[in-house]
Amino acid sequence: MWSETNYKIRKFKERLFLALTVVAVILAILPLLSILFEVVIRGLPAISIEFLTSPPGVIGQPGGGIANAIQGTFILIALSSLIGVPIGVLAGIYLAEFGNNPFGRVVRFLSDVLMQMPSIVIGIFVYVLVVLALGRFSPIAGAVALSIIMLPIVIKTTEESIRLVPNLLREGAVALGLRRWRVILSIVVPAAKSGVVTGVMLAVARIAGETAPLIMTVLGSQWFPTSLFEPIDALTLRIWRLALLPYEYAQQQAWGAALVLIAMVLTLNVVAKTLSKMGRKVKI
Amino acid sequence: MGKGRGGGKVNHSEIFAPRLLRLSSLSFKGDRLFLALTVAAASTVIVIMALLVIKIYEGAAPVFNRFGFGFLTGVDWNPVEGMEAYGALPYLLGTLTTSAIALIVGVPISLGVAIFLAEIAPSSIRAPLSYLIELLAAVPSVIYGLWGVFVFRFWVRDLIEASLSTYLGFIPIFSGTPYGLSILSGGLILAIMIIPTVSAVCKEVLLAVPNTQREAAYSLGATRWEAIRIGVLSYARAGIVGAIILGLGRAVGETMAVTMVIGNAVGQAALPTSLLKAGQTMASLIANEFNEANPVSLHPSALIGVGFILLILALIINVAAQLLIYHVRAKGVVE
Repeated sequence: MWSETNYKIRKFKERLFLALTVVAVILAILPLLSILFEVVIRGLPAISIEFLTSPPGVIGQPGGGIANAIQGTFILIALSSLIGVPIGVLAGIYLAEFGNNPFGRVVRFLSDVLMQMPSIVIGIFVYVLVVLALGRFSPIAGAVALSIIMLPIVIKTTEESIRLVPNLLREGAVALGLRRWRVILSIVVPAAKSGVVTGVMLAVARIAGETAPLIMTVLGSQWFPTSLFEPIDALTLRIWRLALLPYEYAQQQAWGAALVLIAMVLTLNVVAKTLSKMGRKVKI
Repeated sequence: MGKGRGGGKVNHSEIFAPRLLRLSSLSFKGDRLFLALTVAAASTVIVIMALLVIKIYEGAAPVFNRFGFGFLTGVDWNPVEGMEAYGALPYLLGTLTTSAIALIVGVPISLGVAIFLAEIAPSSIRAPLSYLIELLAAVPSVIYGLWGVFVFRFWVRDLIEASLSTYLGFIPIFSGTPYGLSILSGGLILAIMIIPTVSAVCKEVLLAVPNTQREAAYSLGATRWEAIRIGVLSYARAGIVGAIILGLGRAVGETMAVTMVIGNAVGQAALPTSLLKAGQTMASLIANEFNEANPVSLHPSALIGVGFILLILALIINVAAQLLIYHVRAKGVVE
């Protein structure tokens, strides 16, 4: 009967352990549900036409909005994509098509290391490199920092999706007499398009939510920008500044801005993931 | 590395440079131009990494020259001119303490999630659940911070800190008034933030364990838990360690959420002597003080110096994680 009890203990251990994994899942999901719930409940009352269309008012007095912050975030996304996407896609093409050599391996390794680099470190780097050189905070500096954050994400997703393109396509194209660069740009990259687009969207979602590197590059501002060489605002910076103010209205505005930001970022994520799923189905 | 890539997903299309596209066969001007362009793009990564280390060191040089090794071991922090003192030790310890809390709390939860998703969950709930946890990774850090200051802080204060200080307050590391803005809050919010990273990588690692491992354990009469423990977890050990180091890398560099809940102590007061006390990490110090620093003083340089220490720490952690993951991949355990 010894083995009987032993078996019962083992069975009990199994059930205990399976229950613990369920507890872990609940603990992991709980913060997400709470964040979404709080952002919607506390953020919705702040949303109004004025909130979305005007710059911040006088500090300490209710009113004003986040229009310049939204605009700033879009300016930063556009400028960073302009720098980060072409370089990232070209580097990804190199790694996938020609990268089976020591140089390719070094680039791949450093790109993976760069992907995990704390964003505030990249902010400090760009502060020394660009802000000190130009003598001012500017969206240019912010875009350099954010494009460095984008770069490894775009490189990785481009490389992975180009590698999935069947070799038959390349061989067929070469057999028809196309030049190699033509094969890559007109046959291989279009076949890998959905993967590349997904990667770009995920990278954009990532940089839209970045705050730390913006502190030392774009600084933040109360007004609409008039040029690309002055401090501008961004949604994330505005949320941070509003949350630190000791006024009720400011905290409500912070939640409102958080609602706008989270809606943007999650939409980008959901669309990107759906797109990549569809792309996979369509492909051979 | 090239050999090791492969695994289930890629099979027939597993190609590196196909023979037709070998570099030596690029005899046309257009092809060579295109190749040069892609090489230039790929080189930017190397240039960025090199400049990153050089430029940040340059920015920190004034404070390194003035304080030397004392910058790393000092505990005072005073930007007032004439009485300047800069020591980074409290913030280095703050970063290590919060990251340790994050790992102690976050890793078991992440492993539980990964085991549930990879081994237990029926496939109908596996996909939506993985999706939800991936979304957790997409939430911007500043929103975690906002939620931390106005919601999570009170959970920590009322549910954890209050009882810690009442029942275990006689132990120095649990002493102090429960306030909710503390090293413990910073560590716990980091734990939440590393869960998606660690559990996603662990899940991949577990899914890559061959089924023969499980079958062998079952055939010896193992229960499900025993099969997972003996057959799966021990086999996946190296990959799990890689996932944990990646999580550590994330925790060390995370800025905004921690900045908003850690209480932002400075100087001697920032030494992490109690979990219930306000503290400061390297990243949070930089975020807090960067815009207040007088550009002609040593203050910005001191903050950049703290950034340099953070950079070196992150480099060590991430290089270790990448090497481990490459090694595991080369063995064919992870695709």
